[in-house]
Amino acid sequence: MATVTIIALDGLIFASWLFLVSAGLTLVYGVLRVLNIAHGSLYALGAYTAATLVIAYSHRGLWPPGTLAVLPLAAVVVGAAVGPLVERGILQRIYAREQILQLLATFALFLILEDAVKLIWGPSPYYAYRPYALLGQVRLGGVVYPVYSFLLVLVALSAGALLWLFVTRSRFGRLVQAVIHDPEISTTLGINLSRVYVLTFSLGAALAALGGAFTAPMISVVPGIAVEVIVVAFAVVVIGGLGSLPGAAVGALLIGLVRAAAIHLVPVLELFTIYVVMAVVLLARPHGLFPPPEVRRI
Amino acid sequence: MCTRSEAVRKYVPVLVAVVMGMGLAAGSGAAVLAPSAVKIGIVTFLSGAAAAPFGIPARNAAEVLIEELNAGRVPVPYSQRGIAGVPIQAVFVDEAGGADKQVAEFRRLVLDEKVDLVIGYISSADCLAVAPVAEELRALLVMFDCGTNQIFEEARYRYVFRTHGHQILDNVGAARYILRVKPDLRSIAGINQNYAWGQDSWATFRDSVRQLRPEVRVLVEQFPRLFAGEYSAEISALLAARPDVIHTSFWGGDLESLLIQGFPRGIYLQSTLVLTTGDTVLPRLGRDMPPGVVTGARGPHGALAPDVPLNRWFKTVYTGRFNVRPIYPSYHIAQAIFGVKAAYERALSRSAGWPTKEQVIAAFEGISFDTPSGTISMTLGRGHQAVESVAYGITGTYNSKTREFELTRVLSFPAECVNPPDGVRSAEWIARGFPGARCP
Amino acid sequence: MTAGRWAGPLAFLVLALLGRTLPGWLVFVLTLALAKGLVVMGVMLLMRVGLVSFGHGLFFAGAAYAAGFAMKLWGMREAALLVAIGVLAAVVLGGVSGLLAARYREIFFAMLTLAFSMVLYGVLIKAYAVTGGSDGLRVPVPTILGLQVRPEQGRLAVYYVTLLSVAVAVAVVLRYWNAPLGYLMQAIRDNEVRVAYLGGPVSRAVYFTYVLSSALGGLGGVLVALSVGHIDPNLAYWTTSGEFVFVALLGGTGGVHAPLAGAVVYELLKSYAFKYTPYAWQLLMGTAMLAVILLLPGGLWAPLQRAVRRQHP
Repeated sequence: MATVTIIALDGLIFASWLFLVSAGLTLVYGVLRVLNIAHGSLYALGAYTAATLVIAYSHRGLWPPGTLAVLPLAAVVVGAAVGPLVERGILQRIYAREQILQLLATFALFLILEDAVKLIWGPSPYYAYRPYALLGQVRLGGVVYPVYSFLLVLVALSAGALLWLFVTRSRFGRLVQAVIHDPEISTTLGINLSRVYVLTFSLGAALAALGGAFTAPMISVVPGIAVEVIVVAFAVVVIGGLGSLPGAAVGALLIGLVRAAAIHLVPVLELFTIYVVMAVVLLARPHGLFPPPEVRRI
Repeated sequence: MCTRSEAVRKYVPVLVAVVMGMGLAAGSGAAVLAPSAVKIGIVTFLSGAAAAPFGIPARNAAEVLIEELNAGRVPVPYSQRGIAGVPIQAVFVDEAGGADKQVAEFRRLVLDEKVDLVIGYISSADCLAVAPVAEELRALLVMFDCGTNQIFEEARYRYVFRTHGHQILDNVGAARYILRVKPDLRSIAGINQNYAWGQDSWATFRDSVRQLRPEVRVLVEQFPRLFAGEYSAEISALLAARPDVIHTSFWGGDLESLLIQGFPRGIYLQSTLVLTTGDTVLPRLGRDMPPGVVTGARGPHGALAPDVPLNRWFKTVYTGRFNVRPIYPSYHIAQAIFGVKAAYERALSRSAGWPTKEQVIAAFEGISFDTPSGTISMTLGRGHQAVESVAYGITGTYNSKTREFELTRVLSFPAECVNPPDGVRSAEWIARGFPGARCP
Repeated sequence: MTAGRWAGPLAFLVLALLGRTLPGWLVFVLTLALAKGLVVMGVMLLMRVGLVSFGHGLFFAGAAYAAGFAMKLWGMREAALLVAIGVLAAVVLGGVSGLLAARYREIFFAMLTLAFSMVLYGVLIKAYAVTGGSDGLRVPVPTILGLQVRPEQGRLAVYYVTLLSVAVAVAVVLRYWNAPLGYLMQAIRDNEVRVAYLGGPVSRAVYFTYVLSSALGGLGGVLVALSVGHIDPNLAYWTTSGEFVFVALLGGTGGVHAPLAGAVVYELLKSYAFKYTPYAWQLLMGTAMLAVILLLPGGLWAPLQRAVRRQHP
């Protein structure tokens, strides 16, 4: 029984992390139809920015819990600074081109950012782990968990909920819906397409950075963290159905639980979990769990 | 058209000249003149996840050492400038890109850059891929950090040397150490990265412990993906199993992330942690490292290095330049550079002029030389593979002057205790109960 | 027309001569580039039907390991046989995985192939006792048609084997390209549903292309194994497969030779980036790629092709 509780908790924690690092990817794909490989780099930028801010904050000896408030700030900074730059500078020029070429462009961007991060922050690791232990621990199912892990769950839940409300209820969200449905008609209706694109991409970038920012306190922030996130985020998004936000949540939960079960019951299988889950889901549902409706053009 | 005698008359002088020329060339090939520089290709990770923990500390050490050597500022026995008075010139190459890229880069270094030798390789796969190419090109290769014990156990090499001990000593040493400090050991668990280094390290540790104390039970064997970064589920599994000892050969960012996530959850309170590369995080985590953690350095390096003049000097120049003390990859590359210098100078003392590659190799085989980690002997692999002693300690109290935890209960195991004798494969050696091991 | 006919054999001849004249390290880079170019050719064939494989590492590594095992377990050393075994292994892998994958399109095809290759990667890492895990396996110098080759000459011999393989592969692909099934490829990419409504054998064409593409992937894998002399699970890792896709895009889908040219340019670029900017080679590669995308829409091959077309309207 205790094992089941632990598996459920570990699964939930990992799923929250997965959802945070992949929500932006599915949002950007849903609207811009660009599968952004540089999503991983934006995650890394978020982690580095957060680490820098946390270190700067701690150095001033300010009120410790304030470090937690610094984390979302990193996401805003990255989203506002890098998002428009990338969208205006690169993506905007290639929307008319083949999808796969856009993929290549984001890969090129990933390579560039990989070295850019090293040039800005240097190759040495950054540590911002103080917030991780700040909230104390709880004992659940006979095992000690840091409260931070549940903060992560809370952040993932609220980010998901806010995003969902924003896309379905707000005025801008309705514009986005219209654009997703038919970009051409939207333009004729007077929707400023390029504004929708740049705002959505920046929001996606901020989400990626948010994932990175909340990961920073759990890890040693070093070069090379970007690439590890990409394929994981892709898997989540594809399992859920590209462009579907609830899909990403379910996909994250599925992978999280299967992986936690593997770790506790058959650790040898951990390496395979993500890919096996993805293959099985795709074999059963070729377009993922919740594919947005697609028009067949003959 | 010319007659035979005409042809002879015409070509004989040419022939004579050619033969004489060849003789001269051969004479100068035996080398009287020293070159203007000894050009060394240095290959370490400059990008990717292995750069920060290994590649850069190694590159930094190489840079500062070569500079000091060229300036003649290194203490005895290395006070002669460069290598026997000839300056060292380094060409740095990134180890990223996989084995095929590294084979291509090695060929480029040898054939295009025309380096005299290559010092390099942190990844075992790169070492295994490049070694046969060094033989093919007859190019001198000194491996400085890769951990696999396969290299000289599975093949014979003439042009390949390795100036540090392999993975076996870390884990045999860890097993011997933990049984000394925890004689009532009943259960072990492991969390190691899911690739050859992690798998080998865990198998060696587990088998050694069980060989020395058969009743010890193995509770959990976790193998998270390399560079996963997020280990909360694995830590839960380790916490739930409550083993006496948790072994890990994690390194770099993965090790730091594991500790950052494990410490607040009290992983070190209910189990004794054994970190085979723990020395690398002592200066980084500083005060946040808890007491009671068994820490190694893959040999007598870092905080476990002997207090000899060469080590004091090395620590001073390295810390002076980079504001952080050297860790084991820095010590490993220092061993390679000093080994090369020692071999060249020994060869020079035996020959009339500047030594040929063959003479350097002959001098390198079986050599013993001083390093910041003490004296290193090339005794395995027919004189091509170094053995080292290994030391472990337990984090005790925080020292605010060095800004890291001091190690207590330090025990050192001599090389003959933690390395198989020459010609014996490591796995066999452990399975047969360490025949020939001499331990204090 | 005549110029087009002679360009292939001429390039072959030039490459054959380059084997003797270029410095050894460049010949090696060229061998790698041509061998990987074959894999890229396979990826490009699938692109012609509108499919992007992010899992060609499956065939690349599968064939390399098939050859590696043949050497390790049966002591087989003959290059021709090893190539045959590798290609056969790839065709089997492609034939089986194709039954599933060929039903998928777009990103789902990409991710499914990626999943397959990553499962192979996991197996290679895990089946440590047989595969050597991440340390990999050694691949000794092969014999060529029974002839023993000295180690120093071995890699040059592999270059010529590679060159010959490229010639054969180009001939086969060109034949397929100009066959009725090949003509369907472009049509399927433009509008698959329309082709199906017109009664075109869509699924057969896609499956057949997939298997041919996997054979090319396998051929490239064996040749890389023979030339590098070492194989490890990274051959199956998704970044390896990703690289093939990027080289395919770099070369463009304009012709059979485009992937080969793309691969040669890419490998040379990477070599020189490593040489001159060891600390920022990714930055250099990324910038070069972006420049190609933004400035050369049809890939590197396209401007050349336009020039040729202008000369021979």
